[in-house]
Amino acid sequence: MAPAGAVAIPQFHGRGGSVSLTDLASGSFFNGKLSQLRARSVLISTAEQLATAVALFELDGLARRMVLCTPDLKDEQIAAVAAAAQADAIVTDTEPAGRKLAAASYLMTQQPQIANLGERRDVETEWILLTSGTTGTPKLVVHTLQSLGGTLPRPAAAKLRTVWSTFYDIRRYGGLQIYLRAVLGGSPLVLSSADESTDEFLTRAASAGVTHISGTPSHWRKALMSGAAARLTPEYVRLSGEVADQPLLDALRVAYPGATIAHAFASTEAGVAFDVTDGLAGFPAQFIENRRDGIELKVEAGTLHIRSGRNAVRYLGEAPGVLAGGDGFVDTGDMVELVAGRYYFRGRRGGVINVGGLKVYPEEVESVLNADPRVRMSLVRARRSPITGAIVVADIVLADCAPASPATRASWETTVKSELQNACRRALAPHKVPAILRVVPTLELTAAGKLVRPNG
Amino acid sequence: MSVRETIFSAFKQVAADQGRTLAPLSDDLRLTECGLDSLSFAIVVSSLEDALNVDPFNSSEWVDFPVTLGDFIKLYDHTVA
Repeated sequence: MAPAGAVAIPQFHGRGGSVSLTDLASGSFFNGKLSQLRARSVLISTAEQLATAVALFELDGLARRMVLCTPDLKDEQIAAVAAAAQADAIVTDTEPAGRKLAAASYLMTQQPQIANLGERRDVETEWILLTSGTTGTPKLVVHTLQSLGGTLPRPAAAKLRTVWSTFYDIRRYGGLQIYLRAVLGGSPLVLSSADESTDEFLTRAASAGVTHISGTPSHWRKALMSGAAARLTPEYVRLSGEVADQPLLDALRVAYPGATIAHAFASTEAGVAFDVTDGLAGFPAQFIENRRDGIELKVEAGTLHIRSGRNAVRYLGEAPGVLAGGDGFVDTGDMVELVAGRYYFRGRRGGVINVGGLKVYPEEVESVLNADPRVRMSLVRARRSPITGAIVVADIVLADCAPASPATRASWETTVKSELQNACRRALAPHKVPAILRVVPTLELTAAGKLVRPNG
Repeated sequence: MSVRETIFSAFKQVAADQGRTLAPLSDDLRLTECGLDSLSFAIVVSSLEDALNVDPFNSSEWVDFPVTLGDFIKLYDHTVA
């Protein structure tokens, strides 16, 4: 942590090294070739987040278009994305692996090299993000710095101590938001890494003095499970990307009593819609009625729609599809339900399980399961049934409070499962109660930090 | 446990879990009158799939939908065998 009175030097802290903005001011990581990228459509495809962080900083205002490639793309997908974006240059931090791209490759250096020649930065660069959670070719969503960061809270003077971090990869929308907050606010940013455990990341974040940190609810559950959550003393804990249920918000309040706990609703297409800091799940109905910060919300056919200046401009590609309805509202696909003056998220429209004609959303059942302190995480899914089409089953990860001996553990698990089913029966309609509960050691998260769900 | 006993046990367990009153179990009992609704029935079939490793309703051979509990047991007897 910087000593009191010191000037915060914005730095990007990766797992393997750091880059300060003074480095960026004094030199370029493009080995003298930065000017060749002027006005071009540039694919940024790096192994490390740090290189992307640097590339975005150097290329914004200079390149016509920057495409943020996520690390999980296969070669065919990269080629398809390059074609859709009409990329004529690719920037990377590792030796090109002989990909068949009709584009010039630019290898970034580890340290800033040639002194900056004072390049003009007057181009309104398009920032192209890729949607996650799809197989096949990701959709390319066009943003500008305006639509990405236009109404980010402008900290008049970010507190000198502010250090940002995020579990997210900054090449994804949720992570990019944090990157922009840090850069626009002049604060250091600690980047996560796919190569380290949650414990290692939190330890590294804590030693960098992280005060503000963001992740998905699943990231946060893993953090609470890791035993390393207490290493951090954040002032601001942010959740987005999945439904933030009440038990998790409560658990975070207990873990970080001095922090503001905020959950945000955002999507790659619609942008950030709002955040909620009252400690409760869902959002007040007033958010729908009152237009705030130029963001309008409406509920139609059970899902939340958003219209704002932060909506992405459009999709790119051959069959781009329609981003917004005729009235400019983007359908987020998230189902919401009004209960006593508050809207609650019920799940993704496509994720519904149909039990003999009756619908159930995995998230609402998971919320009941997760409310039990013995449950760390749960995944509710459909099991095919020849009788009703599907029935509900659940996988649960238990908290670290099981008895040690295998025999007592087995009967403890049976008791927990039976009590969980009773809790579900009390809280939910019969078709929503998991017919079978299975204890699993772990649940898989996507590269975007969300629970891996079958079919979606 | 025999197939018959496993099936009886599943019916009883699910009825208890679902708060349903099960009619006395016998071969002649019509499934539509046994006291289970379709959800309970679906859970029974699922639980038998786990216990006996078969789902006769999913086999590619033509299956005459069982009318009585006796038919149901025969269905599993044939598939398990």
